[in-house]
This record gives sequence, C-alpha cells and structure tokens, in this order.
Amino acid sequence: MIGAIQERVRALTPVADADLGRMLRIRHFERALLRLFERGQLNGTTHTCLGQEHVPVAVSGLLDPDDYVFSNHRGHGHFLARHDEPHALLAEIMGRAGAVCNGVGGSQHVYHERFLSTGVQGESLPVAVGVALRLKRVTPGRLACAYIGDGTWGEGSVYEALNMAQLWRAPLLVVVEHNRIAQSTPTTAQLSGSIAGRAAGFGVLHHRIESVDVNVIRAELAPLAAVVRSEFRPVVAEIAVHRAGPHSKGDDTRTPEELREAAEGDWHPRYAEAFPEQFARLDEEQRAFIARMVDDVLIRPASEWERP
Amino acid sequence: MRVAEHLNEALHALLDADPAVHVLGEDIVDPYGGAFKITKGLSTKHGSRVISTPLSEGGIVGVGAGLALAGDRAIVEIMFGDFAALAFDQLLNFASKSTTMYGRRVPIPLIVRCPTGGRRGYGPTHSQSLQKHFIGIPGLDLYELSPFHDAHALLATMFARQNPCVLFEDKVLYTRRICRDGVVDDLFRFELVGGWARVYADGDLPPDCVLIAPGGLTDRALEAMRDLLIDHEITCVLLVPERLYPLDPAPVMQVLRGAGTIVVAEDGSAGGTWGAEVSRLLHPELWASLSGPIRLVSAADSIIPTAAHLEREVLVQADTIRRAVLA
Repeated sequence: MIGAIQERVRALTPVADADLGRMLRIRHFERALLRLFERGQLNGTTHTCLGQEHVPVAVSGLLDPDDYVFSNHRGHGHFLARHDEPHALLAEIMGRAGAVCNGVGGSQHVYHERFLSTGVQGESLPVAVGVALRLKRVTPGRLACAYIGDGTWGEGSVYEALNMAQLWRAPLLVVVEHNRIAQSTPTTAQLSGSIAGRAAGFGVLHHRIESVDVNVIRAELAPLAAVVRSEFRPVVAEIAVHRAGPHSKGDDTRTPEELREAAEGDWHPRYAEAFPEQFARLDEEQRAFIARMVDDVLIRPASEWERP
Repeated sequence: MRVAEHLNEALHALLDADPAVHVLGEDIVDPYGGAFKITKGLSTKHGSRVISTPLSEGGIVGVGAGLALAGDRAIVEIMFGDFAALAFDQLLNFASKSTTMYGRRVPIPLIVRCPTGGRRGYGPTHSQSLQKHFIGIPGLDLYELSPFHDAHALLATMFARQNPCVLFEDKVLYTRRICRDGVVDDLFRFELVGGWARVYADGDLPPDCVLIAPGGLTDRALEAMRDLLIDHEITCVLLVPERLYPLDPAPVMQVLRGAGTIVVAEDGSAGGTWGAEVSRLLHPELWASLSGPIRLVSAADSIIPTAAHLEREVLVQADTIRRAVLA
C-alpha cells in the first residue's frame, strides 16, 4: 500500500510556485470559511471546493481575459483561480464592504468582469451557449467555459445546451468536476450510463482526465481548449476529483471508508509529500495571507446595496 | 393592416435598425415563418440573426439571456405561450434575477414572445393565457399586444427597460385590424395616454363604467361596450395597458376616479389573477369614489376544453363582460 502511494507521489510533475500557491490559497480560503461557520460568524450557507482546487487552477492557466467563465454553487475556487481577489469574495460571502456584488449574491451568485456564477444546477449552460455564440461572432477565438458537476447531468438544460452548442458550433468548454457524489447521493445512484456516452450522443467531443497533477490536467486540457477556439465547437472535459469536504457545512454522511478514499484522492497530501519544502514554504505563506485577509474583512463595515 | 402583419413589420424594422438584435424560436425561418407567421421573411432578409431552434424552450430562453448578457438583444418566440412553463427557471432564476442579484444593475435586453389564448380550438395545453403565473417576479416585465399600441414603439420600449420582458400576443388578435389615427370603428375612438389606450364612444361625459383589460380582450370588450351603450344606454370607457406588470395606473387615474364601477377582464383562469393585482393597486386609491368593489372577469376555474361549444363556456365572451357590468 505504501509502495503504491509512493508510486503515485513520484508521478507528480514539478509544480510552479504560482500554481501550487494558488491551490493552497484556495484551500486556506475554504478552511477559513468553515472555521468562520463553526464560530457562527458566517450567515447562510456555503459549498467549499476542498479537494477540487487544482481543477480551476489548471483551467485558468488556459483562459484569456476575454473568455467568459460560468460557475456554480461550488465556485470559490473557480473565482479565486480566475480573479486573485479573496478579500472581495470573502466580503461577498460575509456581506462586508468591498464585496464583489455588495453582498447581494453571496457565495453562489457572483458576477465580476467575465465571471458569473448561478445557484441553480445546469441553468448556466444554455446561457453560456448564448454568450459563446456572441463571442464567436464578435471576438472569434474566445470561448465560454462552464464548470458543472456530475450531479448537474440530471438536469435537462444540460442536454438542450449541448445539442444547441454542437448544432450551432458554439465555442463552449464544459469542465465537469466529477467528484463522484451529488450532495449526499453517490453518482452510481443518480447517473445511468456515462458522461462520455451522453456527450457522444450529441456528437460532442469528450475527454476524461484522471490525474490530480495540475500540470497534467492543464496539458490534457490545452489541446481541447484550442479545438474549442479554432474549430468553434463544444468540448466536454471530465476531470475525476474527490470532494474532500462536506457538501455544504457539517452535512457529510459518507462512511469512514468513503471519506478515507476521498482523502486519498485529494491532491493536497500528495503535493505535500512530493514537494515537502516547496509545499511547506507556500503553505505557510498562504496560511498567513488568508489569516490576515480574514482579519481585514472581519473588521469591515456591512456592505451597502441601493435596491433598484 | 392586421395585427400579425404589423408585428411582423415591426420585427423587420428592428432587425434592419439594430445588428445586435437576434430572433430565436421553433420553426421561425422561411418558408414556414413561424406557427403564426409572425416571423415570416425575417430569415430570408436577416439570415443568421434569425435562428430556428430545437424544441427546447428552456434552452432557447437561456441562449437569448446569454446573448443579452454579453451585449446583444434577443427576441425568443415561444411557439405556444403555454410552453413558456418550460422556460420558467430561466426567466425566474436567471434572466430576471440577474438584473439585480449581482449587487448592481445588469442589463438583460430579452423579449420572450408568447402567442396566447384560446378561441381557436387548440385544447387545454395550447390555449392558455398564462400572464398571472409571471406576475410579481422582481425584474420581469409583462407586456401585451393590443390593436392600439404601435408594435415598433412597444418593442423599443421593452428593450429600453433593459429587463427581460414577456410579451403576450393573443392569437385571435393577430387576425384583427390595427387601429390607427384615434379611430376604432363607427362608434368608438381611442387615444394613447402614457402607455395606456383609452377607448371611448364620442362625447366627453364621465362614463358609467370603466373596463380595464389587456389587449387580447379588445374585441370582446368592444362588443360588450357597444351592446351596453345601445341596449342599456350605459357608457363604458375601455383602458388597455401595454404593460401588465408592473402596472402603472397613474396616467389613467383621472379616468378611474370618475367611474363608480370598474370591471377588470382577463383571459386567464380564475384565482390568483391579474385582475386581483390591479384591484390591489386601485382599491386604496379609489375606495371613496367607487360604488362597489372592483368586479373581476376571468375564464372559469377550469382547463380549456377543445370542442368549440365547451371552450366557449369556459372562456371570457363579450356577454361575460356585459353581464359583469350590469351586475
């Protein structure tokens, strides 16, 4: 068993400070949120992306500032990988001054430059098709990237959108973070067939990535993104991940065995083992940065919204 | 000119004038030109900006919202307004909310056109008037086509609001003539006042009754008004708003204050109606001048049967309005 783990650790390719630093920044951000919840300092709900931070970091390295990004309920990593503005995001989640949407949207409704998240599963995909069609016409080469989960494939809007995207050659990159669980329901209990098969049904290119290595994910995504940009067609990129944390706050009903498996699939301990010095240095940097960031946001006054 | 041709002309003009305008819908391209021919000729003239879509009402309203979000202007035709139910999530949770839920004003210039109403024998799922189900959604504006309002101006008004709008278009109204130059027929004239059409018989006397109705009720309202005038010497004024929600009664408040009796008529089924919303707005303002509660006329609390004689029993007829005024 140890041998097998070491084998996987060795398989990680050397990681850039910028990438590992951003993955750790997101990890510390999410952990800070859970701590704030425990202390009763956060209102409402949130969905952390623990265990999935490397995906948006890999994706964002391939995006152009003019591309659109559509995110979902589990979107903090998507945002922080695209926009290095954790103060604005935490202020949004906490309803404090400097919030990216004045505290109106909160955790799952964020619109900033060309980043937009919505709280209803699958709803963003048809919208992303519309945006992609406009990009194709006005700024060819730009794309719309939409993050969805495996659970999202229960929604009919996904299929309507894939059909239209393929028919009308919309430059749409669908990034599926397949974390094997939809809230509390294992994917095996909510998804028949496969995502690959479903994409194939529409003639949409599909590629599945199994690695947790941020470089490998980006390298496998790069030609797919290039196809989207140059051939004006949708691509479904399915990335196997593990949700290392709960769906929301304290609502994890998985067995100890399932949790252990999820923890083993987490990129975090693997990078810690593979690159101990680099990891420790960046981890301490990000821990301290996020701690300061939280302190800074906590003392801010409440956000203001002029209701239209 | 018929209302259908007039609306078609307005869509042509809009596409001519603004290269950002896109029209999407099922079977809307030539030679078919849409189930009610409202989009006839548009695709021949404007090509790629007029798109026939798959049968995906939710999807195409989402695409329209995406185009609008990114800087275009979109018009989505729902073949039968009944199918707008399939687009409810996109309208309720995306398009309308996006105008404000991101903490700042986000323009979503999107018009969802809904051919609406019965009297054509299409049965329970192709005859409904769903206006009431879209009332009270923050950021969603509801409009209705009438023979009095200019469709060019109406489309411009809706886009200028920068909110997603649902435009209800009565299917029988499509076949009626448009009214212009203040003339309705030999008996009635009209004028436009701040988004409302005021239809009246000659003479300036305060009416016995004010009828408020969306544009689709016009033919039946006029028939009732004619009968009431000739058979009962009861004068009625008909008020037709272009925007059903949010409703702004201010421009016609003077007319309403002069009427002891107010009747609100609509084609939706009874219960939770548009008329109830109109009454909610008007009762506090007019309590002192009303001779009794505002009277509400709607279709029965029933599905809409297909057979003509059964459909007639359920839907609002001229006589339903006439009886409400006489009650």
